[in-house]
Amino acid sequence: MEGAVAYESDLNLKATELRLGLPGSDEAEKEALSGVRNNKRASPDTSDECGSKGSSNGDRENAPATKAQVVGWPPIRSFRKNSFQPKKTEAEAAGMFVKVSMDGAPYLRKIDLKVYKGYPELLQALQHMFKFTIGDYSEREGYKGSEYVPTYEDKDGDWMLVGDVPWDMFMSSCKRLRIMKGSDARGLGCGA
Amino acid sequence: MGYSFPEEVLEHVLSFIDSDSDRNSVSLVCKSWHDIERWCRRRLFVGNCYAVSPAIAIRRFPELRSVSLKGKPHFADFNLVPHEWGGYAYPWIAAFAKAYPWLEELRLKRMVVSDEALELIAKKFKNFRVLVMYSCEGFSTDGLATIAANCRNLKELDLSESEVDDVSGNWLSQFPDSYTSLESLNITSLSSEIRFSALERLVGRCPNLKTLKLSHSVPLDLLPNLLQKAPQLVELGSGLHTKEVHPDLYSKLAGAFSGCKGLKRLCGLQDVVPSYLPTLYPICVGLTSLNLSDAPIQCPELIKLVSQCQNLQRLWVLDYIEDTGLNALAESCKDLRELRVFPSDPFGQEPNVSLTEQGLVSVSAGCPKLHSVLYFCRRMSNVALSTIARNRPNLTHFRLCIIERFRPDYITLEPLDVGFGAIVEHCKDLKRLSLSGLLTDRVFEYIGSHGKKLEMLSLAFAGDSDLGLHHVLSGCKSLRKLEIRDCPFGDKALLANAAKLETMRSLWMSACQVSYRACKLLGQKMPRLNVEVIAEQGHPDSSPDEYPVEKLYIYRTVSGPRSDMPSFVWTMDKNSALSSS
Repeated sequence: MEGAVAYESDLNLKATELRLGLPGSDEAEKEALSGVRNNKRASPDTSDECGSKGSSNGDRENAPATKAQVVGWPPIRSFRKNSFQPKKTEAEAAGMFVKVSMDGAPYLRKIDLKVYKGYPELLQALQHMFKFTIGDYSEREGYKGSEYVPTYEDKDGDWMLVGDVPWDMFMSSCKRLRIMKGSDARGLGCGA
Repeated sequence: MGYSFPEEVLEHVLSFIDSDSDRNSVSLVCKSWHDIERWCRRRLFVGNCYAVSPAIAIRRFPELRSVSLKGKPHFADFNLVPHEWGGYAYPWIAAFAKAYPWLEELRLKRMVVSDEALELIAKKFKNFRVLVMYSCEGFSTDGLATIAANCRNLKELDLSESEVDDVSGNWLSQFPDSYTSLESLNITSLSSEIRFSALERLVGRCPNLKTLKLSHSVPLDLLPNLLQKAPQLVELGSGLHTKEVHPDLYSKLAGAFSGCKGLKRLCGLQDVVPSYLPTLYPICVGLTSLNLSDAPIQCPELIKLVSQCQNLQRLWVLDYIEDTGLNALAESCKDLRELRVFPSDPFGQEPNVSLTEQGLVSVSAGCPKLHSVLYFCRRMSNVALSTIARNRPNLTHFRLCIIERFRPDYITLEPLDVGFGAIVEHCKDLKRLSLSGLLTDRVFEYIGSHGKKLEMLSLAFAGDSDLGLHHVLSGCKSLRKLEIRDCPFGDKALLANAAKLETMRSLWMSACQVSYRACKLLGQKMPRLNVEVIAEQGHPDSSPDEYPVEKLYIYRTVSGPRSDMPSFVWTMDKNSALSSS
């Protein structure tokens, strides 16, 4: 036990600690060396299944690394590496379902983004589904003048205006949709 | 002290003692016992082929009949050990060819075996009976052909998980028509088309064939014929795929399975068509081992199958079994001893099945004999781990892999230190442990205090500091193998516990923070250890000594540094610390 105690106090002396980089580059060095070691707790809002730890924890430089495949992880033998994903049913295989909420509506809906070829069809379908109208989209002013504004949550957890990015990019980054009241949407969609 | 038992009596008594550790104890009693024991030892197990040289082994044990050798470190299974690292079987086999013409059994694990080595086996050992190459590589079907053609008394040929250069399936035809002694054949890793007619004839003429494990390329239509020729089978492995479902084939298969009254172990079932699964129902009650880890069977069918296997002792399965399937398992299979659940979609970001910690908790509650667990899942909690520990204090092997790294307790968002602490505290006979999830140095404190019987520990992405490693090295008295990757452990703990390393078989550390300087120091101070630095990026001398080494493999040895190292491995010997930059 003695040895352990002495050892502990020895460890606490920063001066004698073996450093692995230039003095002064403490935290960053530790982060980089311990790989993607994320010292911050996941925030309570982060959903269990959410693969993205990125901006919600502020560890920007680590975010891409959490998604990259790490050699030898998870620890399975190479012959087990082939994913066994079952053949999905027709609908599931084809679909990209996202939840749609509308401010004031009692329950949510789900739509399949793959069904639509572009923004015009999507917006038309939404207006039809929720019985509202929106004005024309302009890059500069968004859906100015509309009673409702379509927004979506992207992979980083940010709420974006529908229509800003190319359709394909939208399809791959959209996690859920929200039809906001126009009055709440002020401030969105006006340039950067 | 010559008036003890006559030698012959002692030899006779010793012939009943099989276990290595007992025989080792016998050899320590006195010189004459040491001498008598070494002449009558028939089996040798070498856990690390570089810990001792063939010459030393032969000198001590002149009359061996059976040898087991292990080569590469365990992490080679996950591609962490570079190709060409070592583990060559040839030098051993060549030495045995001269010293043990009566050698009967060779069991090799994670070794490189060349066709030349196989040819030596085939030609030099007249009474060769058992060849097991588990997770080996370096040989082709040509080498197998030589074995088949020459080993008249071969009983067992097992190539599990080995990488074979599959030149042709004709090697099987090299077993002469007069050859009838096959008892066990495992060729699951071969992918080329074998000559089915040759296989059928082979199976038909070997009345003692008990184990038959085939590659999945064997078509379903062939199986009934094979089974009819070998109703005495105890263990079967076969794919079960077919393009179409014919009613005729179904009834043939059902009949053939029913005829195998002694079938106890089943594996394979790759590409199985669910509608064919009921052909297995009649034999389920006799099964003690079921390996469905290659079979994409979904939960409902799995439940139907498993619920009928009341005598099941071992189940390996994909996570398609889900929590509901594991609940059914816990209710039906009260004799279960070992459970392994593998991930069906290991690289998917989102869970694709509903398998959580609850499944494991159920099984731990329902199966009183469960002692060995390997479980891949995506979430865990301290309370679940504590429950499992309290339910199953008889656990000896516990390997948990939470697929995403650094995952905390999903309920409290705390590290999983306390949960794993409960495992080591309650499971007093725990021999093997693998950790995952978010873990601090605290978990190592628990492991060091309670893991007194722990022999093998695997760590990845865990811990905060050297203190973690220090707890393990100073506390785990029985530790033999320690493998670590991507943990912030460095020089201090390693150097402070250098003596401990001589009591262990090996230590692997990769992507940690052990400096080149510390490696040199260790190599200099501990002549009975081989401190091997693996540096694929270039000679470690080209970076400052403080820089961490990429990979480090330390093992005790009586043979000094090995002579077959590739260009990217360096042994730190007693001179290395002196010749620093």
